[in-house]
Amino acid sequence: MALTGLIFVGYVLAHMYGNLKAFAGEAAFNGYAEHLRELGEPLLPYSGFLWIARVVLLASLVLHVYAAVTLWRRARAARTTKYVVKKNKHSSVSSHWMRWGGLTLLLFIVWHLLNFTVGKVNPQGGPTNNPYQLMVDSFEVWWLTLIYLVAMVALGLHLHHGVWSAGQTLGLTNSVRQRVLWKRAGLVLAVVVAGGFSLVPISVLLGVIS
Amino acid sequence: MKFTLKIWRQDGPQDPGGIRTYELDEVSEDMSFLEMLDVLNEQLIAGDEEPIVFDHDCREGICGSCDLMINGEAHGPEVTTTCQLHMRSFHDGETITVEPWRATAFPVIKDLMVDRSAFDRIIASGGFVSVNTGAAPDAHATPVPKENADRAFDVATCIGCGACVAACPNGSASLFLGAKITHLGELPQGQAERDSRVAGMVAQHDHEGFGGCTNIGECTSACPKGIPLDVISQLNKDLRTAIKHGH
Repeated sequence: MALTGLIFVGYVLAHMYGNLKAFAGEAAFNGYAEHLRELGEPLLPYSGFLWIARVVLLASLVLHVYAAVTLWRRARAARTTKYVVKKNKHSSVSSHWMRWGGLTLLLFIVWHLLNFTVGKVNPQGGPTNNPYQLMVDSFEVWWLTLIYLVAMVALGLHLHHGVWSAGQTLGLTNSVRQRVLWKRAGLVLAVVVAGGFSLVPISVLLGVIS
Repeated sequence: MKFTLKIWRQDGPQDPGGIRTYELDEVSEDMSFLEMLDVLNEQLIAGDEEPIVFDHDCREGICGSCDLMINGEAHGPEVTTTCQLHMRSFHDGETITVEPWRATAFPVIKDLMVDRSAFDRIIASGGFVSVNTGAAPDAHATPVPKENADRAFDVATCIGCGACVAACPNGSASLFLGAKITHLGELPQGQAERDSRVAGMVAQHDHEGFGGCTNIGECTSACPKGIPLDVISQLNKDLRTAIKHGH
């Protein structure tokens, strides 16, 4: 759970960096997409790096979901009779949203891949082989932007608890100082990643990127 | 003070059980929660009813026997054990819901009393030092750095009441495990069996049917002894080390 989660943290940071290229214009954005395919050449074949990343991510996703389902099932089995009254005292909202938020993210990932990678659905009927145009055309549709923003809220919450929880699971938060450090890292990553990803769709909707 | 008490009544392990409502008047604000239940029980006995069964022993906050979920909080609204909780923590006329700890590993014996011998079996699977480490005066023969001694002592205050399990949305006993692992792991006497201890205790914990920890932190806020969440990190670190050593 923790290790695969940290792989995803590294991935979303790199993904967000690529997305922010949208602010540098169509050539820079599409150029970046092309560079990703050429990365590692000639040692790797064309698109080789991308395929390695895809395999690692898919394997991580399978393991991450498997671990989550196991924990969920264990939790259900560990308390079969529910409390009539149960209060949560000092735990964060994000920690209670890990499961449903995670499921939201899983559904979002499926949609997101259909939108931009596998299916390349252009809701405005424009070109689908131009990543920049596909992105602009997609985010000009308000409800599509809304789906992405909701997903980013889910991602932010997931990271806020997930990063600190990973530190705990890996046994790296053995003092008050370390605990505070990992909790802060979770908060900073949540704000930076969710915020950074949201900038592009919001900018498209507002016409800053067109 | 006057209270409406909604109390879980269950005849035995097989009985499905349910909430029963009782009215109790003339309760002193200086009574402990258990004394209030004693008064209710006297009233029930006088009325030829079966008294409510609940666990208690020392009533000094150090044995870990009392275990009530009060208004959805383990040991009630204060950071203390149920026996040290006083009725002044509630307001006059309040409705108070009292339930047993809810965990598959803590089956209900009767009413509010649960069987917590799962904790004993966890301790028996590694939470000890096998050799005789001497009598109290011998403690001075083995120097322990103050920082380690302090941490060991702080977590040794765990009384095994099970509030951590009761409060945990996952029904995990990781805070209890972490407290025991950290307590012995900080001391020189605990080093020889450190790897086998964590491996054995975690295996028993999972075998008993407790849930897995997702670091939510409800356990530490419910703990009457304020055991911090970093003992769960320590538990994971020790387990990682034990696995590396072939356990």
